[in-house]
Amino acid sequence: MSHSINPGTGAGINPGAAADHGRAADRASSGAPAPLLELRDLAITFATNNGDVQAVRDAHLTVMPGETVAIVGESGSGKSTTALAAIGLLPGNGRVSSGSIIFDGEDITHASEKRIVELRGASIGMVPQDPMSNLNPVWKIGFQVRETLRANGLPSGSQDVAKVLAEAGLPDAESRANQYPHEFSGGMRQRALIAIGLSCRPRLLIADEPTSALDVTVQRQILDHLDTMTEELGTAVLLITHDLGLAAERAHKVIVMYQGQVVEAGPALELLTNPRHPYTQKLVASAPSIASRRIASAKKTGEVAGDELAPSEPRSPQHDTVIKVAELTKVFKLRGSWGRSTDFTAVDDVSFSVTRGTTTAVVGESGSGKSTVARMVLGLEPVTSGSIEFDGVDLTTLGRKELFDFRRRVQPIFQDPYGSLDPMYNIYRTIEEPLRVHSIGNGKSREKKVRELLDQVALPSSMMQRFPNELSGGQRQRVAIARALALDPEVVICDEAVSALDVLVQAQILNLLADLQSELGLSYLFITHDLAVVRQIADHVAVMEKGRLVEQGTTDSVFDNPQTAYTQALLAAIPGAGLVLPPEAA
Amino acid sequence: MTWYIVRRFLQLIPVFLGATLLVYFLVFSLPGDATAAICGERGCTPAVIAGLREQYNLDQPFWIQYLLYLKGVLTFDLGTNFSGRPIATIIAEVFPTTAKLAVMALILEAVFGIVFGLIAGLRKGRIFDSSVLVLSLIVIAVPIFVLGFLMQFLIGVKLEWANPTVSGDATISELLLPAVVLGLVSFAYVLRLTRTSIIENVNADYVRTATAKGLSRKRVVVVHVLRNSLIPVVTFLGADLGALMGGAIVTEGIFNVNGVGNTLYRAVLNGDGPMVVSIVTFLILIFCLANLLVDLLYAWLDPRIRYA
Repeated sequence: MSHSINPGTGAGINPGAAADHGRAADRASSGAPAPLLELRDLAITFATNNGDVQAVRDAHLTVMPGETVAIVGESGSGKSTTALAAIGLLPGNGRVSSGSIIFDGEDITHASEKRIVELRGASIGMVPQDPMSNLNPVWKIGFQVRETLRANGLPSGSQDVAKVLAEAGLPDAESRANQYPHEFSGGMRQRALIAIGLSCRPRLLIADEPTSALDVTVQRQILDHLDTMTEELGTAVLLITHDLGLAAERAHKVIVMYQGQVVEAGPALELLTNPRHPYTQKLVASAPSIASRRIASAKKTGEVAGDELAPSEPRSPQHDTVIKVAELTKVFKLRGSWGRSTDFTAVDDVSFSVTRGTTTAVVGESGSGKSTVARMVLGLEPVTSGSIEFDGVDLTTLGRKELFDFRRRVQPIFQDPYGSLDPMYNIYRTIEEPLRVHSIGNGKSREKKVRELLDQVALPSSMMQRFPNELSGGQRQRVAIARALALDPEVVICDEAVSALDVLVQAQILNLLADLQSELGLSYLFITHDLAVVRQIADHVAVMEKGRLVEQGTTDSVFDNPQTAYTQALLAAIPGAGLVLPPEAA
Repeated sequence: MTWYIVRRFLQLIPVFLGATLLVYFLVFSLPGDATAAICGERGCTPAVIAGLREQYNLDQPFWIQYLLYLKGVLTFDLGTNFSGRPIATIIAEVFPTTAKLAVMALILEAVFGIVFGLIAGLRKGRIFDSSVLVLSLIVIAVPIFVLGFLMQFLIGVKLEWANPTVSGDATISELLLPAVVLGLVSFAYVLRLTRTSIIENVNADYVRTATAKGLSRKRVVVVHVLRNSLIPVVTFLGADLGALMGGAIVTEGIFNVNGVGNTLYRAVLNGDGPMVVSIVTFLILIFCLANLLVDLLYAWLDPRIRYA
């Protein structure tokens, strides 16, 4: 973050790096620095069965040597497409229909395949989005680095490979190079991908959501490392992200894309404090990473601000405990070699409770055991030891019949609205199913109920006959909420219920959940990795690390005064957490 | 890994016992007197029949017969068939021909199937892809004996490019035409499987990343697309090798190949119980070994598969 806030460092070109490049040297005489990458009125269309679809229109951006430029936008905004077009990586049905791509003074819009292959790797590197799917699973990491070096005519001995990996912060690089991707954690894979992207010292690095699949603390380390490396090498970075906070923190210049168009561009801080385009204004207002801080500061100054986003004000507390989890432990048996099994403690002695009508959030990174807790509370996973009391009754002692009745009172909403709705069921059948399973009412009363539910989640009842694939992600999640509410549950367990959604949609769903809570007196158990979301929705927070509960308390106390080092690290790692905005920006 | 192989070999024991028991039982329950098949039209004297019954343990109850047979197998004595020739000798005589034919067919279907499938997959929806798909569908749809006789007639009889039948020596060049016929259907499957697999993999994220690294198109296809796409294809080829080794009764019949399939067919017609059981047992073992080979190849192709 050293350089990131001050847009003035945008001109921080590494003269050494630029000078040993012939073309750049030619131009150095002309005085003003020339842009490294320039997209001029770029339009990209995709050929589909229903004719051409324009994905990007009039995209215009410049990246100066050594500069970090971020493109921010939601999914489908065309941000990745724009960046991928710059190295000729559009999918087969996509093409640049007009405009031009200028790299280092050379028009490469329609450059030959040979020329593009020359540029890739050597002059323009890429760090892709998902570390899980971007390394070929059947080749060793070292092989995948080596072939990059070799393809671009660099020395590719095992020392060179190890050096490249070590630079990207991979510990014990020499022996790690002999491992396969599946033996690496997500963070290590991303380091390997960064190593590959920067191995040939490109002058421009395209980083497509380089850390969005990683835990926040890992994300922070990786981004810090990437910052340091690109700064040392004088590499310009084109950073693509959906996270405005992250963009503002890391980039000199931010470009906001919306529905295939650049709607706003400018220095990061200026864009945050003074967004001009309505979309940017909305984005700034609902970006959780930024909003959460703002709410916090507003509270401190006694202002009642951000109430629509923060239902964390205690609502007429009834103070009875609806769920009480005590000394909950889950041990999985892992199959070892020679038929032996080893124990893996996924959840270790966890105790917390949910007060009726409030929201308790369980926060943790991947592998912390938070989802296992949710599954046990839902009665989907047998408990190894400990107890889960629901309204005073221990869940672990329930029989089949009682468990069936219990399920009526506790309903889940899962992360992936694409995966959790049956694609063969229309919306009516999806929402009606729990009613039918529990034999509630007749056909007529069920239909009335479904209409009511759709109304509650702000979907038109005309949607009943539609199928999940015709709905957007946000709409699907509304359907999932309606389904969860069909049985009038007392507790709703949200397992990463908003994590897969774009920020604006996420804010809408969080609002909806808050409204429903005050309307219906629901209690939420909110499982999430996203502290910014916790800030907006939860009354109580329990922080989990490696199966253990390391800290719990009211949301305000945990956020304002975190006791353990782990919680502090988590909070510090929220992108944009370090940004201090002038109060009027709120 | 060693432990895995040992375990796989141990698994062969129940498979072997179960399969032999089943086949033995089926042959045992065949209607008719086995000795009648040996004696033929003229018939034998009761003394000879009694002698035969004793020689082949036909006078014993089923379990004893089976256990005596197992004892024979374990001491590497497969006994003699009803004509009195040692079964082991017969298998040793005909198996090399079948093995040669099977390996040739496998190589043909693998090489052409993978190459055509690769090209079709990379040019999805273009003319090559469409025509190859239609052709492969025809090959799959038409029964193998039709294709066999057709090719024998066209290539062997009309054009005289190859011998229409195979002599006792079964040379490679003689076996080429039967091998093509034998591998034809599997070739169509390999082609389609490869094509689907290529189409799936060519859009994988790691392929895009490999392209972004600056690798040439050729290298991306060979190193990153092809190897990953071969995993399901290898599974199919392995299972197919087992099936091909089992002898192709139809193809061997058409081209008069003196192989396992033909021998087994004759043994079944003659009601030659010991011969049928021995050949089937032998084939089962070959099939199991081929499967083991595939699984090991699998681990080599996909390091994520761990054998523990």
